[in-house]
Amino acid sequence: MNKRQKKTRKIAFLGLFTAVAMLLSYVEAISPVLVTAIPGIKMGLPNVAVIFVLYRFGAPEAALVSAVRVIVVSLLFGNPAAFIYSIAGAMLSLAVMVLLKKMDFLSCVGVSVAGGVFHNLGQILVAMVLLGAAEVGYYMVALAISGTVSGILIGLCGALMIKKLPLYRL
Amino acid sequence: MSGEASRKSKVKNDIIFIAVLLALIVAVGAVYVSTRQEGDTVTVTVGGELYGEYPLSQDRTVEIKNGEALNLLIIEGGKASVEHASCPDGVCAAHRPISRDGESIICLPNEVVVTVRKKNADAPDIIV
Repeated sequence: MNKRQKKTRKIAFLGLFTAVAMLLSYVEAISPVLVTAIPGIKMGLPNVAVIFVLYRFGAPEAALVSAVRVIVVSLLFGNPAAFIYSIAGAMLSLAVMVLLKKMDFLSCVGVSVAGGVFHNLGQILVAMVLLGAAEVGYYMVALAISGTVSGILIGLCGALMIKKLPLYRL
Repeated sequence: MSGEASRKSKVKNDIIFIAVLLALIVAVGAVYVSTRQEGDTVTVTVGGELYGEYPLSQDRTVEIKNGEALNLLIIEGGKASVEHASCPDGVCAAHRPISRDGESIICLPNEVVVTVRKKNADAPDIIV
């Protein structure tokens, strides 16, 4: 493959995984099993795609997929307020995951758990600023537990994908 | 690339990391639950600005309006709860009644925060 073909391949793959991430957002939003009694608590399914791209392609590519996912999903199904929460959570989560992956002492399950918890933390910080109320922070305890549990599940899914899908690489 | 040994140690690190994280969360939660006292005042803020303060000892119903948005605050028997909300998710209405210092009911769509406070606390108001 020459350089140009490689670039085309990469663009196609990133487009594909952005679509996968968007679809997972949608599945998460409509699935009755995944819509929990407490809003804000989510599985974080799109993170499967983000983690896969992070491990296969790298940090900038993962950031791109994640950001495009959040922007497009917010435009399609969300509102401006939801967008601010989503983007803050997604970017903080990704930054932490990139850092932990670089430090190279956790598997992608541990990285995913940190990602889940920091996704919630990012959203809580935005809520604190927007509402001007530090009280929202107490909600973080419940969110951190749910972030940990779903982080484990998402991390295991991600690890499986990384193992079983050898074709999607550069 | 990473061999079998480093993969195994990473899984071990994962487990330690998750255990420490959960312990930390539980510790923070336990400290929060064990230190809070019964409050006496209900503070309502809308969009970060003070909307009103009401004593918890007096039963009453308060309409919290923010443009089109409406929440109904009910104070009854020393506990505060939100009965009705114009937002679609209705989380705040589903929240159990609150009465302890620092507890709050938050309606994100309507930007309403209902917090119970202990006004005449013996603790200092501000620690500098």
